[in-house]
Amino acid sequence: MRGTDYVLKRVGFAIVTVFVAVTINFVLFRLAPGTAVTNLSRVPHATQQLRHALEVEFGLDKSKWQQYVIYLKQLAHGNLGVSYQNQQPVSTNLRNDLINTLPMVTLGTVFAIVFGTFTGVIAAWRRGTKTEGLTVGSALGFYAMPTHWLGLMLIIIFAGVLPTAGMTNEFLLNPPFWTHVRDLASHIFLPALTLGLVLYGEYTLIVRSAMLETLGEDYILTARAKGLKPRTIVRTHALRNAMLPITTLIALSLGYIVAGAILIETVFSWPGIGRAVYNAVLQRDYPMLQGAFLVLTLSVIFFNLVADLLYFKLDPRITE
Amino acid sequence: MSEGALAAVAEAPLETGTSRRGFVLRTLRHQRVALAAALFLAAVTVTAVLAPWIAPYPLHEQVGPVFGHPSSQHLLGLDDGGIDMVTLLIWGLRISLVVGFAATFVSMVIGGIVGVVAGYFGGGIDTVLMRITDYFLVIPDVPLMIVVAAIWGPSLFHIIIVIGILLWTSTARVIRAQVKSVRERVYVKRARALGAGHTRIVVRHVLPQVAPLLIASTVLTIAVAIFDETALAFLGLSDPSAISLGRIIENAFERAAISTGAWWAIVPPGVLVALLILACSLVGGALEDALNPRLRVAHLSARTFRLRPLVGRGKDAV
Repeated sequence: MRGTDYVLKRVGFAIVTVFVAVTINFVLFRLAPGTAVTNLSRVPHATQQLRHALEVEFGLDKSKWQQYVIYLKQLAHGNLGVSYQNQQPVSTNLRNDLINTLPMVTLGTVFAIVFGTFTGVIAAWRRGTKTEGLTVGSALGFYAMPTHWLGLMLIIIFAGVLPTAGMTNEFLLNPPFWTHVRDLASHIFLPALTLGLVLYGEYTLIVRSAMLETLGEDYILTARAKGLKPRTIVRTHALRNAMLPITTLIALSLGYIVAGAILIETVFSWPGIGRAVYNAVLQRDYPMLQGAFLVLTLSVIFFNLVADLLYFKLDPRITE
Repeated sequence: MSEGALAAVAEAPLETGTSRRGFVLRTLRHQRVALAAALFLAAVTVTAVLAPWIAPYPLHEQVGPVFGHPSSQHLLGLDDGGIDMVTLLIWGLRISLVVGFAATFVSMVIGGIVGVVAGYFGGGIDTVLMRITDYFLVIPDVPLMIVVAAIWGPSLFHIIIVIGILLWTSTARVIRAQVKSVRERVYVKRARALGAGHTRIVVRHVLPQVAPLLIASTVLTIAVAIFDETALAFLGLSDPSAISLGRIIENAFERAAISTGAWWAIVPPGVLVALLILACSLVGGALEDALNPRLRVAHLSARTFRLRPLVGRGKDAV
């Protein structure tokens, strides 16, 4: 069966990519200047014996291949090492960070998908009018703004109205449930809006060009000749077919959103995975950075696979 | 959008060397927004080159109060060190453009070579190179840049190399597709039959055909490179002594320009970056639109009930 072949091929590619990513992750951090031992043995009167003992302890006396195999083995057991910053397992830290990142990212993405699709369709439909110029212009504008700078602009605009840092009000001790929810909602608003606006620009442009492409098809002309209402044409004939490229492009972009969260979370001090990357860079916390990079890469690979499979589901003609 | 422009665009790849060079100019002439964007880029480049002569104040000297308000002497006010903002912006533009151009150059060389080699030779080489490109496409650039920049340490040179070696993938793909089609054209086959070597065919016949596409790709990549530099600078991974636009934003953020109310220290550099990215996207997009045969389809405008060509779409070229 060709369909099964396709799915197997895509899954196979994803698995190989994971291996490549893991290997890159291993090699990159072995290229870092110095080793864990260089730092630790930088004490007065450090002897060659101390250095050697440390190397044995960290497994650095083994060959690179052995180190690589050990790395893979530990990874398979979910062991990502220990963070230099708080001596906690990296995997625990990352799990907590991801739990904080997901609601913010989801909210922004949903906002962008809903409004981006809406304005994208309008822009394509009103081609050549002022409406199109306005929507495309604003979409391009949001698309061109540096993410963190847009966040800073929102802080300037909303300063005093909405909280601009953190996830909760730390002075609210054991708040009642609804107060807590309201507190969270007010904190999540600005970071989610920043992400939403940046993506909104991108999605509007994607949806618009996909719609333009389908609006040029012969079956649209047929539908029009049949005397169907414009609304019906757009909804059931054009948008439905345009959904194919739109879905895949959005699925593809999802993986990169997590990466984009690095800038937004830094601006808004949102305690998620992006901020973890920023802190790890500041503190030169290599295990944390390595773990976070792995998680980010895996999420991109995962959404790539989702995009491929979705494409196949939506259009079974695709086999290559 | 006139008939002439459409014809000119359609014929472009078939014309001789001199008019092919004129292609970029011709595309720009027929798309007013793209033209304005190109003029903006040119003006900005000239400003950056002339920075030492036109900057109104010295770059490293306090010339007024900390976070001084905009005034007639200092049109955009002063930053946290009492340095004139206009001066900072002009010098920041210079560094940002250097990073943008240099990183793009690196990625164009890699992308161009990979694309031409894969497309021209095909077969096993093509498969291997495209597989490598696939892997590079999947790995998220910004986190990888952060990791590499963090490991290598902050320096302008590292930033350029890091951005350069991660941005070549889309160029390689576009060029490969174009080379594949050029390779099958009759005159290339003829040249081969006459005994022309690979180098000669690539340099004389293939490269000139893909050059316009390479230019479009270059302009688009400059936008990404400038954005990435701004992001890396914001995370403190750029050279602390090289003041780029990203660096100015980061500085203002770190030194609490927002809570001081000194919007002039943080709004203008971001606007400048956004304009640069916007201009590059518009110019690159317009060129690509004109060149990409896939986009050269007549589109039915849903509203005006008539067929419109999509080529050289004037103000709505995206």
